Amino acid sequence: MQPSNASSRILQPVRPWFIFFSLIMALLLNFLPTAHWPGVPDWVALVLCFWSVREFRRVGMGWAFVLGLLMDVADGSILGQHCFAYVLLAYASAALSRRLLWFPLLQQALQVLPLLVLCQAVQLAMRLLVGGDFPGWSYFVGPLIATLLWIPATFVLLLPQYQPVEQDPNRPI
Amino acid sequence: MAGIDHAPPPFFKQGPAPLALLTLYIALSVAIFVVDLRMHSLDLVRQSISLLVDPLQRVAQTPGSLVDYAAYYLRGIQALEVENRELKHAKLTTAPDLQRLAQVEAENERLRKLLSVKEREKAQGQVAQILYTTRDPFSRRVIIDKGQQSGIVAGQPAIDEAGVVGQVTRIFPFSAEITLITDKNQAVPVQIIRSGQRSVIFGLGNGQLELRYMPNNADVQVGDVLVTSGLDSIYLPGFPVAKVINIERDNAYSFARIFCAPIAGVENFGELMVLTPREAIPPAPPEAKAKSDDDTGNGIRRKKQRAAKAK
Repeated sequence: MQPSNASSRILQPVRPWFIFFSLIMALLLNFLPTAHWPGVPDWVALVLCFWSVREFRRVGMGWAFVLGLLMDVADGSILGQHCFAYVLLAYASAALSRRLLWFPLLQQALQVLPLLVLCQAVQLAMRLLVGGDFPGWSYFVGPLIATLLWIPATFVLLLPQYQPVEQDPNRPI
Repeated sequence: MAGIDHAPPPFFKQGPAPLALLTLYIALSVAIFVVDLRMHSLDLVRQSISLLVDPLQRVAQTPGSLVDYAAYYLRGIQALEVENRELKHAKLTTAPDLQRLAQVEAENERLRKLLSVKEREKAQGQVAQILYTTRDPFSRRVIIDKGQQSGIVAGQPAIDEAGVVGQVTRIFPFSAEITLITDKNQAVPVQIIRSGQRSVIFGLGNGQLELRYMPNNADVQVGDVLVTSGLDSIYLPGFPVAKVINIERDNAYSFARIFCAPIAGVENFGELMVLTPREAIPPAPPEAKAKSDDDTGNGIRRKKQRAAKAK
């Protein structure tokens, strides 16, 4: 957990199973038929970015690589495409994490936007290089929406770490 | 021995430096990208990962199919009655052709035997359900619910009730991937029914197809129906593929741009039929031995010249 000036609450340590669970849920969300609608974000990228910022010691590029492989197989895209993008995303998020958490949520989201756009742009570049067709600008609406979702995602993913507000005055510590 | 300035003492175990890890993983990603794209030798890896991913994907499809089922259920008996009536009507209109089909086929077979022409192959296959379309926005592919376990092999063509839909390109243990004919650069050898002219049709990636390499003055009209020519050893001849919708003839180019729309419900969900692979065609006769000691480029050029002279 990183210290931040905006946080008024002390969080409990993260539970590893929850990180795993949230990443699997993100995969499931990506597999939903809604993934074909324009502007639906890449949930795995969002959750991976979140954990890389918060817990870069636990969720790193190894996770990103494995998740990328799973997404490549599920998407039917060329193997390595998502791996590349996710590894880059995880690295950039971890590099940014020491600074990012000092900002309020809205400004955090603004700084996450370039990372998510980069993740998408890398995939686009890889496919265009090998003769793919440009899928249209709606391809980049997903990262924009994902950026807006950074704020609710922070609340949802930190939910298990919040401590009760009412503290017991008779507690020994 | 290392001096004090050589390396920090290992108080905190940190693993390799992030930049080193990044380089490693990116090199690995690029390597598998190139290998998968150019050499197609990672199919086993893909199949084993799909064993892990497939159950998750099927779980994720369940809510959608439940909603579909509910919508179907709530459509009401009236709509179903209308559909039923229409289907009965359609069945009746095709009945005259279908009833005589068996007799016509038998007759055709006899005639072909009389002429000692090779018998026509019969189309057989198995019905499969489309599970979902792949999420990749760069390609047009669907996943069906039959795979290696049902004996599907890569290369099998798939049709629906109207015409050719696509071709099986990847197989997994319990599912298979079909590349639609509208996928970019997916090619199908076709023949124009009206004129009998042969060509190859390519997907454009935007739901349309293009008939390429037809000269500007070629006999093609809007509304022409293209069927598979059967010259590849993949598609049986005679299945409808596409209909010409637009022709651009520009004298600046030597080829006309002919746009077609698929006849089959290529982008629809539903059931389709995966045809069994064709019998192996006899091997091509050996090339003429003469002048074969030239290098290949010359040989091809000479062959073209010969073909041009023959015309």
